[in-house]
Order: sequence, then structure tokens, then C-alpha cells
Amino acid sequence: MEIDPLIFRLSIFILSIFVGYYVVWSVTPSLHTPLMSVTNAISSVIIVGAIIAGLSGNNDTIFNTSSIFGFLAIALAAINIFGGFLVTQRMLAMYKKKKKDK
Amino acid sequence: MLSANLSAIFYLVSGVLFILALRGLSSPETSRQGNLFGILGMIIAITVTFLSTGNFSNGFIFVLIFILVGGSIGAFIAYRIPMTAMPELVAGFHSLVGLAAVFVAISAFLNPEAFNLGTVGNIKLGSLIEMSIGAAVGAITFSGSVIAFLKLQGIMSGSPITFKGQHPLNAIILISIIVLIYLLCASQSSNLFWILLAVSFLIGFLLIIPIGGADMPVVISMLNSYSGWAAAGIGFTLENTALIITGALVGSSGAILSYIMCKGMNRSFFNVILGGFGATDETSGKSVKEQRPVKSGNADDAAFLMKNASSVIIVPGYGMAVAQAQHALREMVDTLKKNDIKVSYAIHPVAGRMPGHMNVLLAEANVPYDEVFELEEINNDFANADVAFVIGANDVTNPVAKTDPQSPIYGMPVLDVEKCKSVLFVKRSLSPGYAGIDNDLFYKENTLMLFADAKKMTEDITKNL
Repeated sequence: MEIDPLIFRLSIFILSIFVGYYVVWSVTPSLHTPLMSVTNAISSVIIVGAIIAGLSGNNDTIFNTSSIFGFLAIALAAINIFGGFLVTQRMLAMYKKKKKDK
Repeated sequence: MLSANLSAIFYLVSGVLFILALRGLSSPETSRQGNLFGILGMIIAITVTFLSTGNFSNGFIFVLIFILVGGSIGAFIAYRIPMTAMPELVAGFHSLVGLAAVFVAISAFLNPEAFNLGTVGNIKLGSLIEMSIGAAVGAITFSGSVIAFLKLQGIMSGSPITFKGQHPLNAIILISIIVLIYLLCASQSSNLFWILLAVSFLIGFLLIIPIGGADMPVVISMLNSYSGWAAAGIGFTLENTALIITGALVGSSGAILSYIMCKGMNRSFFNVILGGFGATDETSGKSVKEQRPVKSGNADDAAFLMKNASSVIIVPGYGMAVAQAQHALREMVDTLKKNDIKVSYAIHPVAGRMPGHMNVLLAEANVPYDEVFELEEINNDFANADVAFVIGANDVTNPVAKTDPQSPIYGMPVLDVEKCKSVLFVKRSLSPGYAGIDNDLFYKENTLMLFADAKKMTEDITKNL
């Protein structure tokens, strides 16, 4: 009997929830805002689906109803990816330790 | 063209890099490196997608154009946004993830061949279930986040909007979503797909309107979680490991944050989600309110008290963000430190409008993060401190939470501000906080009320020090 590939994906999913659970509990509370902005950025990896959708047209008809939704999704996800990572970077750069020389 | 196995391995690598990105956030030193891991993971995922489709035709150019357009908008926003607007920004970003998930699902539904999911009207059952769940959760995330954004931005009133029969209506709609998904899978009808989307948008809207402004930390965390589950749903449809891993990470991250926020208010998740908190309590609180004497002072008095203190604890809250007082506050603290006064900051878990909101504002004002403490770390120090300086916080300092079982906030962990030798309370008026209850702290013998705008008062104190 062969195992349905869905079961493998489900295993990855369940294990990732556990990984997420332990990793997120170890995040220091003072970084909870950057945590939200970075999770925002990484969840926009949905752009991979959007790219496949955008490229689904052939050379004559790049824009069909299906691919237009793909292109729109690409733009939305790109806003999130750039915006999310950059704003996280900007926030993290502000967290400084006490200066020792003072 | 990349083989399917090889690209699956690369997607796994990018998923692992995302885990490392979150892992980095366990301390500020490793966090910046973690963010770079995240960026690397994203670059790998996008590159692999291009290579595996092997389609570098004209369509590819348009993909790049849309990435560039979106990317520039995103970068522009990221550099321009003031730190006080971070909750709105995060809510706005959540709505985009939700909408992107909806669009990908629509695209896959209209053209399943492109995703190897079968043909129109004959989509593989498993894929259709995953797709409709992803689309429904995405739509809820979108409309819910839009409402959260409008409430945080002040375009929509932050007070809860409730009406009769709200909960039964929501319950009916949620059940109808499940029925619709079932019917959709049975019939493959595109009409049902559009109805499903419309109903999901509606429920997202209805779920968030009854939740009040100060419960936004829970709402934002919850929507964060939803955006993750939506991504995971799409990940199952596309059989993409990176998306499944990320969805699970983000989903559990948001869920944990919601839990921490609820615990910070000693309320159950359902109590927050069902909403209406503060709306009913406010009237009852006002009717029993009696006139009690308060001591009020000016900047001069406050400066005098602090000058003679040896240790000061600062308790910031949402009011500090509203007044943009974080820089003025840090200048005041600098002056105090020059006088050899020990200063630390105490942050309540639900201070502000999102998890960690106060920490970011203080970091922006160049407050070193090792002077900023969480509730459990600092609560015992209040008894030994000379002055507590409460700026823009209210309910989180209310001793009633420890003494009065009748109070709506009874049992909520609060900062033991009243144990300080003296308390300075910067506030515009005696009006009750979000929970709609009077703060006993106002009337204590050792409390001095400073009625003024937080920023102006802090600046005046600095002048008088």
C-alpha cells in the first residue's frame, strides 16, 4: 500500500506547528512587535503561488482572468515582503544596549 | 528547469530559514541576523519558483514588474511609517496576506491546469477542500484586518459596535461557510465559490466590529494567526512545503501571542472575541461613581519629588503613544540619570495596541532595552522604589484587580504601582480607562495627579529638574 503524499504534507504541517510553538515561546516579549511584522513578511511566501498563477497564461494571452488575479496577488505579496522585512530591520536596528562608556 | 524533487528540497531549506528567522528573535542581538535568514529564505523560495516553472517568456517580465511595483510601495511604506503607527501597519499588512491568499485561490479555481489540480469543473477533491478553506480563511483575514486597521487608525470608532442577535447571526454564518464548502466540493459550482468568498468577507467584518480598541492586541494577534492558516491552506493546495511550514509557524505564533495577551487581561479568548467589553460596564461604572478627593500637582511638584528620589520606575501606556511622548520621556530620564537616580521601565503585557508596542516606542527613543522590564521581572521592585511615574497607562495599574472580586478586571495581573512611596500619574482627566472602571490609585494618599498632555507635562518636568 502506498501512502498518500497528503499524509507527508500533513506530517510536515503538524511538526511545524510544534516547532513554531516552541520557537515562539522563546521569543523575548520586548520583540513581540518585530515578531508580528516578520511573520507578516514570511507568510507572504504565498507569492510562490501567485507567481505560478501569473505565469499560467501562454505567450499570446499573458493576461487572462486567472493570471490577472495572480499578478494582483504578486503585487500584494511583494508589498508585504519588502514592507515587512524592511520595517522589521528598521525596528530591530533601534534595540540597543546601554552604552558602557557612560 | 528544476526537477520537482530538487525544488521541493529548496522549499524545505527556505522553510528552515524562516524557522531560524523566528528563532533569532529570542534576543535583540541575534534578531538582526534572524531577519537576514528570513530574507534569504524568501529569495530562495522566489528564485526556485521561477526556475521550476522554467517559463521566462513575456509573462516573466510582467511578474518582475509587479514584484517591483509592490516592492517599491512596500519599501516606501516601511521607511516612512512612524513607529507609533506600527499597529495599523501590521493590521494593514495582514489584510494584504489575506487578500493575496484569496486571489491565489481564485486563480487556482479558474485555471486548475496551471497548478496540476485537474480541470475546470473537475478539480481534485482534496485540492478543492484545501483551496476553499484557504480562500475562506484568507477572506476573513482580509475583511477582519481592514476593520482592525480602520479602528486603530481612528477612521472608525474604537468603541465596540454591538446589536441584538449578533452572536446567533455570526454562528449561522460560520455554519453556512462549512455547508458551502461541502456543497462546493460536491458540485464544483463556481457560483458557490463566489458566494463562499462573499460570506467569508462578511463574517470577517462582523467578527471584528464588536471588539473594542484596547482589545486590539488580541485581535491583531488573532488575525496574524489567521493569515498563517490561510497561507497553510494554499500551501496544501499547491503542495508547497515552504508555504506549509510558514503557514504553521505564523499560525502558531499568532495563536501564542493571542494567548499571552488574553492572559495579560485575565480574560478568556472567547470573552474577547465575543466582544462588547467596556460598552456595558462603562454605564454601570459611572452611576456608582462618587466624588472623592484627589491630590493634583504641577510639573514643579513632580520635579521636586523625582529630584529627591533615588529610584524611579516609569510605567508607559497607550496614552504615551497617542501623545508621542516617548522622546520627551527619554530626555526627562536622561536628566534624572545625571542626578544619579536609578530609572527603569515597567511594561505590562497589554500596554498599547499590539504586543510589544511600548518596547518598540522606547527603543525608538533610544532607551536601552536592558532598562526595560516585563511585569514579572519588575513587580517586586515597586515596594523599594521612591517614585512611580505612570504615563498614559491606567487599567494596568488599578489595584482593584487584586482587591475587588466584583470588578470586571478582577484577577488581571497588574503592576503594583501603589506600593511605591509616591506615585505620579500623568493623565488628562479623571475619566475611567478602557474597562470603564474608576482607578483606586487616583485617590490614594501617596498619589499626585498631573493633569496635562503627557508630552507637555514631561517636557515641563524636565525644565524644572
